[in-house]
Order: sequence, then C-alpha cells, then structure tokens
Amino acid sequence: MPKATRQAFGEALAELAASRPQVVVLDADLSKSTMTSLFGKKFPERRFQFGIAEANMIGAAAGLALCGKVPVVSSFACFLVGRLETIRVCAAYNRTNVKLVGTHAGLGIGDDGASQMGLEDLGALRSLPNLSILQPADELETRQMTEWMLDHDGPVYLRLTRQKTADVHGPDYRFKLGAADTVYEPPPGAPLQATLFASGGTVGEAVKAARALMDRGFRARAVNCGSLVPFDEEAVVRAAQDSARLVTLEDHHVNGGLGSAVCEAAARRACAVPVLRLGATEFGESGTAEELYEKRGLSWSHAAEACLRNLA
Amino acid sequence: MSVDELKTLARGLRVDIVRMIEAAGSGHPGGSLSVVDILAALYTRVLRHRPEEPGWPERDRFLLSKGHACPALYAVLAHCGYFPKEKLSTLRRLDSPLQGHPDRLRLPGVEASTGSLGLGLSIGIGMALAAKLDKKGFHTWCVLGDGEMQEGQVWEAAMAAPQLKLGNLSMIADLNGGQIDGPVAEVMDLEPLSDKLKAFRWDVRVIDGHDFKQILDALEWAAAAKDRPAAILAKTVKGKGVSFMEGVIDWHGKAPNKDEADRAVREIESA
Repeated sequence: MPKATRQAFGEALAELAASRPQVVVLDADLSKSTMTSLFGKKFPERRFQFGIAEANMIGAAAGLALCGKVPVVSSFACFLVGRLETIRVCAAYNRTNVKLVGTHAGLGIGDDGASQMGLEDLGALRSLPNLSILQPADELETRQMTEWMLDHDGPVYLRLTRQKTADVHGPDYRFKLGAADTVYEPPPGAPLQATLFASGGTVGEAVKAARALMDRGFRARAVNCGSLVPFDEEAVVRAAQDSARLVTLEDHHVNGGLGSAVCEAAARRACAVPVLRLGATEFGESGTAEELYEKRGLSWSHAAEACLRNLA
Repeated sequence: MSVDELKTLARGLRVDIVRMIEAAGSGHPGGSLSVVDILAALYTRVLRHRPEEPGWPERDRFLLSKGHACPALYAVLAHCGYFPKEKLSTLRRLDSPLQGHPDRLRLPGVEASTGSLGLGLSIGIGMALAAKLDKKGFHTWCVLGDGEMQEGQVWEAAMAAPQLKLGNLSMIADLNGGQIDGPVAEVMDLEPLSDKLKAFRWDVRVIDGHDFKQILDALEWAAAAKDRPAAILAKTVKGKGVSFMEGVIDWHGKAPNKDEADRAVREIESA
C-alpha cells in the first residue's frame, strides 16, 4: 500500500523505541508533520519540545548523544540543513550519535511551495565527513533504515517524503548500507538502452518508466539508491557495462545529490558512459506533487523519454 | 586548594598559556588569560572529575564554548593530570592532540569539540537533560565569551534551558569586553546582559572574574541551583596578568614573540 515515508518512519520509530530505552526524540514544533508525534504519545517522558529553534535542538541532541542517548531530531529537510553549521560541528565533527530526520523532501511536498521544499540538503550534507545519508523509497525500506539508523553508532541523515510512495520492494528485501538494489530488471536479452538510478520519492517513477519502455520494446533497468553515503559505486560500474546511458532521477537539485553521486562514481571508475541527470534546477513552486513532477521533468514519462533521447 | 594556592596556580597557568602560544606562533592569549582564573577555581575546587578516568559517567561536564581560549583549558587539564605537561608545547602542531580549538576525539578530557561560536550552551542543554533522564547528579558547566553571545543560537539555548527546568546547567560568561573587530560594546552591545538573562528566566549573579573568593562563591551558588539554570556573569580583563596585553584588542589572536613572552612571564611571576 502506498504510504508516505515520513508516516512509515513515525510508526517504526514508535515501535522500535519500545525495546531501545536510550532513544529520545527532540521536536521543533513539527512533530505532527514529521510523525514523531507517534513516539511522543507513547513515550512522553523521552520526548522534548524545543520550539521553532532547530539549531539549539540539534546542539542539544549532540549533548544527549555524548551522554549515551540516541537522540532523533526531525524537521523539514530544508529547516534542518538551514542549520548546517550546527550539524557540521555538533553532529559530524564531534561524531555524535545524532539521528537527523529531514522530512518533506523536494518538490513532492506540493502546495506549500518553494520555501518549504528541501532541494539542497543532500548537496550540503554529502560534504560532511562521518555522516551516513539514507533515503528510503517505500514503507518496507523506511522501517529497515529506521532500525539500522537507531542501532548504528554515528550520525545519520534520513531523508523522507511528505507524499505517499508506491511499494517497490518485495517482502524479502533487506536494506544493506552502501548497497543499491535493482527494482526493475528487463528479461535477459540485448544490451540495455539505459539504467535509471532513483532515490526516495522518484523510485516509483523510475519503475513505471522502465515498465512503460518494456511495453514499447525498449529495455531499461531501474535501480534504487537508498544508501547515498556510502554510495554503491559498483552499481554504477555494472550499469555502465551493459547500458547505453545512465539516467538519474531525483527530487533534489541536480547538483549535489544522486546525479552527482552517480557522475562521481562514473568518473572515478573511468566509466565511458553518458549520464543524464533529471532533477530540480530551479526553486520549486506550489502545485500538486504530480503536477510538479510533470512540469519539472521528474515524472516517469520524462524519465522514459530521457532513456531514449538522441545523445548526439 | 586555598585562595592563596589558587593564586599561585593561576600564575603558573598564565605562564603556561604565554609559553605555549609563543611556541605555537599563533593562538589566542587575550581570552585565555581572561578565563583562566575561572577554570582554575572550577577544576580544582568544584568539578567532580577523574583525570585518570576521563569517561567516568558520573563526572561533571565542562564545555568551553569559546573554544579559542583552549590554551587555558589545556593548561588546566595538564595541571590536573589529564596529560603530561610537556605536551603543552605541541599546541597547534601537526598530529598534536592539542588542536587550535578543542577536539574531543583527540584529547581525553575535552567533552565536546568547539571553536565555532555559539554552540556550546545547546550541547550543555542536552547533557543536562540526559542527567535528568538518568537521574544522575552531575552538573554541566558551560563557559561562553561575551562576543560569542552575539550568536543567535545562544539565545535559542538561553530560552530553552529555563523552560526545560535545567537547574543542573550553569553558564559562565567571560565578559572581557573585547572581540576581534573591537570592543564588544561597539561591535554589538550585549547590555543590559543581566536583565536580558533574567528576562529569559535565568538566575543571574555578576562577579569579578579575577577575584577567587567571588568566583568560588558564585560557583557554589550555581552548583546548588534547583529548578532554574544559573548564569554567572564574570567581569574580566582581556589579557589579564600581562600589562601590555590587558585590554588591548590586538592580543585577541596574536602570539607573543620570544622577547614579549619573556617580559610577560617575568611580570606574571613577580605579581
């Protein structure tokens, strides 16, 4: 069933915290949106309200972590990364066990418009040492990433959607840090037109694009990159060997996020393959998620078109 | 340690500060010399800590939010036995645990890496919350600079600590009146600071930050606070103890040369 990854996170957190007494939650007046309110209802003594003051909340999380707690802070992705200096020093440089959860990632939030859309968080946070960065595609992956995050010793950034996302994983899926997974593979045969790399809110679009291409007799693979740091370089190398091009599809600016990660891997491993990056290039605007994905070139139809585009 | 012994100790720590910054060729003497009396009193008379077991869970926490004053912290930590005093001369050298600003992962005894101003009080809030959650009796102390208090995050933290009823958290403001671009009052005045903090629901006490009797009384008062955090506003002199540095902004972040350091040490030792 389609579910927003923030919802899946909130449910998983409230559940997993029962057997993890060290987990505490810090909120900045958005717990009903980031869904940490589910934890707050169950464990009010372990939940702290910091008001609309994210920087102090992140710093306090570092202090809690330095005393053995596992603090989870959440807000919209754009408001967390807006406190980059505090994240840089208190979480990353101090290497504290702080869990940063940025919800409402990207254009997919829809109506609220540009100022609420985190489209630059990955670009900023990928340059911080010590920080693991994850972005789940669906409910199952969100639950597994949440569990991994709580049990991992070190700072983590988890990027979540406001909008519902379709299930792209079967029940046997097991999240592995640093591993991308194939969510659609054409039957064996001729080389592929493209491998589509997607993450978070765009993975469902990538699967739809690959299926639509198959229906028309074209062959494309869809790969889910849930682990952005560390990143699965081998998945890029493998795709470069059997695909005419790589296409990245992300609800983030094309610079600094998934598209950059794929290009970096391709360059570092000397893969002679063109890479087309689909994603935001401007600030967002109001509209429905579907309308915005269509207008800004993030929908499955744009992705399918990119897989066939004449590269000459 | 008596007040007289503290005075003797502080003279030695001031010599250490001058010598280590001289050896490094860079560093911040002004704010180190202004805060060192407070640190000497805190570490030898108030703080419950075990230098031989820096991770002792019950220890009081100390945060130097004004991280650039770390020469003072390093001198005190060495005196307490966290590391051999000979290490002080490695300040700011490649691979030294004595980084230009404190690094908790390189130097046991440093509770949090600081240096980017305005962050320490927030970290202290987290530590004080953790103590309350675990019903532990440790106290968290955070030293801020006055210039540092221009940072917005300090006031987010100042708003939160009383709301969270953190009587186990104390702030000590080292009010030396100077910052890189000039006097604090001219760059961005903080006054009336005491009224501001009171309005933010802190218990406030103003002291002379070089008078050990006043420092010790205030530390004791803050440690005994119950439901509200305490702020000690310590009026200090930037560069205290070295006449040619006292109140001279230029010595905020400049190392003395050999000749200047010798003069400074002679002055400190004969005081």
